[in-house]
Amino acid sequence: MSFLERNRTVAKPGFNRWMVPPAALCIHLCIGQAYAFSVFNLPMTKLLGITQSDPSDWSIPELGWIFSVAIFVLGFSAAFFGRWVEEGGPRRAMFTAALCWAGGFLISAIGVYIHNIWVVYFGYGFVGGCGLGIGYISPVSTLIKWFPDRPGMATGMAIMGFGGGAFIASPLSVWLMSKFSTPTHVGVAETFIIMGAVYFVFMMVGAFLVRVPAANWKPEGYTPPVQASKLITTSDVYVYEALKTPQFWFIWVILCVNVTAGIGVIGQASAMSQEMFPGHITAIAAAGFVGLMSLFNMVGRFFWASTSDYIGRKNTYFVFTVLGFALYCAVPYTGSVGSVAGFVLCFLVIISMYGGGFATVPAYLRDMFGTRYVGAIHGLLITAWSMAGIFGPVLVNYIREYNITHGVPKAQAYNVTMYIMAGLFVIGFICNLFIKAVHERHHMQSDGALGAAAEAGAAKAGRLTGQPANA
Amino acid sequence: MANDPANANQNGTTAWQLVLAWGFVGIPLLWGVSQTIANAMKLFQ
Repeated sequence: MSFLERNRTVAKPGFNRWMVPPAALCIHLCIGQAYAFSVFNLPMTKLLGITQSDPSDWSIPELGWIFSVAIFVLGFSAAFFGRWVEEGGPRRAMFTAALCWAGGFLISAIGVYIHNIWVVYFGYGFVGGCGLGIGYISPVSTLIKWFPDRPGMATGMAIMGFGGGAFIASPLSVWLMSKFSTPTHVGVAETFIIMGAVYFVFMMVGAFLVRVPAANWKPEGYTPPVQASKLITTSDVYVYEALKTPQFWFIWVILCVNVTAGIGVIGQASAMSQEMFPGHITAIAAAGFVGLMSLFNMVGRFFWASTSDYIGRKNTYFVFTVLGFALYCAVPYTGSVGSVAGFVLCFLVIISMYGGGFATVPAYLRDMFGTRYVGAIHGLLITAWSMAGIFGPVLVNYIREYNITHGVPKAQAYNVTMYIMAGLFVIGFICNLFIKAVHERHHMQSDGALGAAAEAGAAKAGRLTGQPANA
Repeated sequence: MANDPANANQNGTTAWQLVLAWGFVGIPLLWGVSQTIANAMKLFQ
């Protein structure tokens, strides 16, 4: 299908670059549904029993694996397909993501219909997870190329969509299930089919809207820096060469730390708030707290990434690590003095930085490794997210269990975890401190060995012929 | 961004296209955010 090819997506003169963020949001708002998958958990435990769980029904731990598999596959598909996404252009990647994401829902609907959990693992977890990974990185480098003057803001807008996708998916899923449920049927399979179809259409609109800038295009009035500044390179680093630099691994650790600290409390926020403030925070108030955290997660993505365009990426992560350390240390204190407002404020700022960490990292990579392979390098970095998805919940859940079984009151059971999270930020702070400009021996050169190798690989893929170095 | 409307006048993107594209993603997002804020208010009740 030729309309998917990169050269068919090159913008004509007069194309307004502000059409590209909505294209990116079409993708990220859809795949952001992953954060709302838990709304299906309870109904999926009653597929056979309908009003209550039958012994043959699926259990919550079994269902929990669906999300875990999807997030794990997200990280590794982003890493595996990163270069393919980069070289094939955003439209082909968005189209593929739409097929995988919608296909994942349809396969899962079959799994629900025949009541086979392995089909759901394969559908939503593996096929949908591939859609997540490819979709997540598909617009990143395109946005950075359209907004060289404000790369943080541009990627922040798209990645904000990933945080906001759950806001749409959660009430939509509940509404659809209520429409399809009958006294003999829960309505999950039909909801999956409808959502798959809606998401496919929505993501295809994004694929049609997206454009890449023409060769040597730059925003009017924008003068690219002739010389590299201290921490912003004007050169490019080949995708696999980036893995040989300490900067990649420092940023990998920083992202992993930031996500571990955030993801660990996101899943436990409701229970934690009620156990730390028994009698003060009810179950309904805790649900409101979780909603507020989601909102700050989304807004933080845009706010912090945009701020990084003005204060610099390294300084932004300096703020994340220092403020994160201070706030995690303060949480046990807010519990001991019974300050609900202080507790809520601490976690809202923490969660805004969790989202901000995700949204700022593509621009950090662009500063370090240039624009040419930033999407593919970002894909490799997303493996940090997969690892954090395991570390975070394990840290929070197991330490809590250990404390409670050793006689620690529930209200204080999270204190050790909070101090460990604060310690993680110290590691992140040190890694961020060590980040300096990438040594020029890693830079691509048009007639050098690295450049030749990269060009050969790109030419083999048949995609880059005639493309400028940074298009 | 200030320079972009000038670009749009050549033969490319019109203001209506921009409004449609942003509305397509903005309206569902605002609806979802409003639902979430309504739920979050329970924290203060």
